[in-house]
Amino acid sequence: MSPDQKTASDRNAAAPEPKRNMGRPVPRYDARLKVTGEARYPADEPLNNVAHGVLVTSDIARGRLTRLDLSEAQAIPGVIEILTHENADGLHRLEFGNGTATSISPLTDTRIWHDGQIVALVLADSFEAAREAAYRVKAEYEAEKPSAGFGAPGTETVLAKDAVKSHKEDPAAGDLEAALRSSPVTIDVEYSTPTQHHNPIELFSTTCFWTGDRLTVYEPSQFVYGFRENVAKQLGIDPEKVRVVSRFIGGAFGSKGPMTPRTGIVALASRRIGRPVRCVVSRAQCFTTATYRAETRHHIRMGATPDGKITGFGHEGWEITSRPDSYVVAGTDTTARLYGYGAVWTRVNMVKADRNTPGYMRSPPETPYVFALESAMDELAVALKMDPVELRRINDTMTEPIGGKPYTSRSLMECYDAAAEAFGWSKRDPAVGAMRDGDWLIGWGCATAVYPTNMGAGAARVRLTADGTARVQTAAHEIGTGAYTVIGQMAAERLGVPVEAVVVELGDTELPPAPVAGGSNTTATVCSTVLTACDAIRGKLFHAAASAKDGPFAGRDPATLDLRDGGVTAGGDAGGPTEKLADVFGRMGTGAIEEYAEWMPEGVPPDSLRKLYNGSSTLKGGSKGDKMMYAFGAEFVEVRINARTREIRVPRIVGTFAAGRIMNTRTARSQLMGGMIWGISSALHEKTEIDRRAARYVNKNISEYLVPVNADIEQLEVILVPEEDKAVNPAGVKGLGELGNVGTAAAIAAAVYHATGKRIRDLPIRIDDLISA
Amino acid sequence: MRPFQYERADTLEGAVKAAGTGGATQFIAGGTTLSDLMKLDVMRPERLVDVNPAAGGPAGRIEATKSGLRLGAMVRMAEAAEHPAVKTDYPVIAQALQLAASQQIRNMASLGGNLLQRTRCEYFRQVSWPCNKREPGSGCAAMDGVNRLHAVLGTSDACIASYPGDFAQALVALDAVVETVREKGGARRIALSDLHRPPGDTPQVETVLEPGELITAITVPAGPWTRRSLYLKIRDRDSYAFALASAAVALDLDGEVVREARIALGGIATVPWRAREAEAALRGKTMDEAAATAAAEAALAGAQPRGDNAFKVPLAKQTIVRALMDAKRMET
Ligand SMILES: Cc1cc2nc3c(=O)[nH]c(=O)nc-3n(C[C@H](O)[C@H](O)[C@H](O)COP(=O)(O)OP(=O)(O)OC[C@H]3O[C@@H](n4cnc5c(N)ncnc54)[C@H](O)[C@@H]3O)c2cc1C
Ligand code: SF4
Repeated sequence: MSPDQKTASDRNAAAPEPKRNMGRPVPRYDARLKVTGEARYPADEPLNNVAHGVLVTSDIARGRLTRLDLSEAQAIPGVIEILTHENADGLHRLEFGNGTATSISPLTDTRIWHDGQIVALVLADSFEAAREAAYRVKAEYEAEKPSAGFGAPGTETVLAKDAVKSHKEDPAAGDLEAALRSSPVTIDVEYSTPTQHHNPIELFSTTCFWTGDRLTVYEPSQFVYGFRENVAKQLGIDPEKVRVVSRFIGGAFGSKGPMTPRTGIVALASRRIGRPVRCVVSRAQCFTTATYRAETRHHIRMGATPDGKITGFGHEGWEITSRPDSYVVAGTDTTARLYGYGAVWTRVNMVKADRNTPGYMRSPPETPYVFALESAMDELAVALKMDPVELRRINDTMTEPIGGKPYTSRSLMECYDAAAEAFGWSKRDPAVGAMRDGDWLIGWGCATAVYPTNMGAGAARVRLTADGTARVQTAAHEIGTGAYTVIGQMAAERLGVPVEAVVVELGDTELPPAPVAGGSNTTATVCSTVLTACDAIRGKLFHAAASAKDGPFAGRDPATLDLRDGGVTAGGDAGGPTEKLADVFGRMGTGAIEEYAEWMPEGVPPDSLRKLYNGSSTLKGGSKGDKMMYAFGAEFVEVRINARTREIRVPRIVGTFAAGRIMNTRTARSQLMGGMIWGISSALHEKTEIDRRAARYVNKNISEYLVPVNADIEQLEVILVPEEDKAVNPAGVKGLGELGNVGTAAAIAAAVYHATGKRIRDLPIRIDDLISA
Repeated sequence: MRPFQYERADTLEGAVKAAGTGGATQFIAGGTTLSDLMKLDVMRPERLVDVNPAAGGPAGRIEATKSGLRLGAMVRMAEAAEHPAVKTDYPVIAQALQLAASQQIRNMASLGGNLLQRTRCEYFRQVSWPCNKREPGSGCAAMDGVNRLHAVLGTSDACIASYPGDFAQALVALDAVVETVREKGGARRIALSDLHRPPGDTPQVETVLEPGELITAITVPAGPWTRRSLYLKIRDRDSYAFALASAAVALDLDGEVVREARIALGGIATVPWRAREAEAALRGKTMDEAAATAAAEAALAGAQPRGDNAFKVPLAKQTIVRALMDAKRMET
């Protein structure tokens, strides 16, 4: 091993050495449970006398259901009941938004809005019988000609700002047209991204049972309080009578954030037949009964001075959504503010088609919109004959161009410099096709990663016991990110006990509420909340110790006390007196201190906590407040393209990221690594194919919906760049779960251009685009 | 999945007897094609005859002799891929197997079953679409639909589904023969190039096998070209994906001059495709870029792309050229 490689592999250890403002790489709290199969996912919950539910879905995309012939299905031995629009009494329609994925409410009427819409639920004693019967349900339709998406006749285009509350305004500043007219260098280009599906390995499922009029739902969920509220609405019952439990989630990425109508349908079925029901959705049905990332289009215009100062930036986006719901991601909120452009003009359009309502998918706005912006940055650098890193440096800014708001911290160029160094960027020959290695064309490219720091109101209960153990309870969600671990670390640090002594309970509406696990807010929100609860415990304890008649701390200033190594200490590192927790508690005559705490980030409405209890979370941050709160990164990739057959491989990728306080370098690295791999996936592999005649998805399985396999990922390096930001929140944490997959596709597209001279503006980039006849 | 009867057969003869000739029975080996399609309601056998117990006999063995290779039909893909004689003397076979599916599937799947795997055409695999192969006369949804993965050679107006496998291409290139047994008519030998039928107007009939006919072994004759042979598979990702285009090539060179060339193509044709025109174009020529390119042109002369799969024509040509140039460079 050469010395160079050695440093790279050290830097890239699974548990990186913490640098400034970083926590220890504590192994995952649930690691053992997961690798031994003992972690119980919602569909694994053992239930007595459970009936199995299998969905029947439509095979048209638009029209009406005219008849359901159930005779063959009902004759299958073991079939208990088939729920349809004719007998689903008491099922209420859902509204779109605030925790629900769609207003399309199957089984409440006969309208078909999209391919694969639920038309019935078969219940049987065995899964096999239910599936067989589901195939035998015969549905008849009055079909209408559907519009599949962009360019199809019959779609309707709506300005997002006219239809969506969360996007009342298209960010703009100055006069773009004038700026472009007077710019010596301009580009004017269009990009597109395809339909993508999350395909979490854990399939979507609902398992539930009733005890009298009380409902318990086990379902993988990124927002148990939201699910509770909405399933109650769907059934017309009191949310207090519903418990939603979701202790482990096997991949979510946004797909398990808003509740889909299946939950209430399964719950209703369970009530009807008086038995617990488990419904695990097939992989193909996961493509049509849950949310997805809709395809997007972008038109970008940029102007610059010959020395690289951007004078104007225009970004217009188009996004597909369903007929009834206005789902929009509007990534211009971020792209309009990313650099110190002069004039800015943006606009977001929704294109309504006969499709299911799309939904959040890892970095929903940034993945498509930053792909367009960062690809354009590379095109501009080429037009300027300038190094793409330098172009970013010239246009780096500490205040955003729309409202002149300052960034609380921004380490973009630190990230670029660290990545360029680790990657060896200085050895790049900028000429197209210049870096060939035998039969392989080599290309290097880079792009910016960016993600807003979001936070919401949250509540938590923390208990510290005399024996030095602690318990944290909050209905946050472990979507595979390491939430159990970092929340435990925060409590351990503040309470001065080992992390092993902290029990963390999550994912249950019996616990105090936490916001949706979305927008990468969990660590920032929950760690800030837990910190508040721990500080209340500290306050009580220190007060008791200081105001005691005797003991080592009697008469001291409580503010000078600290919790460390399972005891109270005074005098910090100077080595003042210490006393074990058991003794402090003994003198107080108590066994435990328990604190319930609520925390609200700056700028959220005062009723945010009450709303959270009622199942809706308000996230704040990013560009929404007075200050700009964002995490940044830079990604550098090498692609190799076979000179003859043009397959594209990524042998090397380096990502550097700065996201405030890093709670745990191991789980942070895993998140970023997974994100970068997903970025490669979105650049080269993922695409849901749509049959445009029928507006139906075609490759509805993970054999033909490709994601990278191990062989596709060779050297992948994550570098954590130290950053301190006291302004974002008490914990100093910026979310990073969705940072890693932003920018990757643009870096790869840039590298493909560098290798081949072909600028591919439509994802995914495949052999088809590079082979010439 | 529909209910079915299940029977185990200890011997090949027993399996054939149990299957009968009625057509509602399927043999099951690894089950990696069959159980998948049964769960999707695409294949609906009433009876399954499990041939795995017969793997204890000759059908589970690999024999390599001077005159050639004999592969039992119940040998697992993984075992054949890792067999030393196959790897050194017939690298094209070992590579075609090794580059297929995943290790887990290769551990389960049999060589006989592999030859009979069904197309990955998504319209075939989802019962709600019209498909002439699944439901004769219902139409072909792929013809004007999503057809990036479909065939450009050997297609018909009824079906353009590509044959998805890899192994069969290696066998077709090397003039392999399958040995079968039937309840009526006894054993027979079928050239691999005759085993699969192009779709014509009966795409539902995929092979010349009769109902209840069991493949027992595959034989591959030795030849001066088998050592200088390779399988090149081009796909969207580096592992665990079907071929967009593939080439099985074998060369017998006299210095740089081609004495014999064997070329078969995958990913682009409705059946394992022997490119005889390409072989003829190479015979007697100096093996260089120009000759390889001429051969590739000849191989694809009759290609009929349809929509999304047009890229397969240039891709297949490049695949052939690259495979031939790589084979020329092989140390044997
Ligand atoms: C996700 C996935 C990826 C794959 N990727 C590839 C790939 O890249 N390349 C590739 O080549 N293959 C690939 N395959 C296909 C795989 O190789 C085949 O499924 C496998 O080889 C079939 O063998 P089996 O023993 O499991 O057959 P089975 O499923 O048991 O049988 C298949 C068919 O053959 C019949 N049959 C089985 N044995 C005999 C016999 N001896 N005589 C007569 N009829 C018989 C059965 O009745 C059935 O109709 C993939 C499969 C999957 C699921
Ligand atoms: S290509 Fe063949 S298998 Fe596919 S839909 Fe058409 S007929 Fe069916």
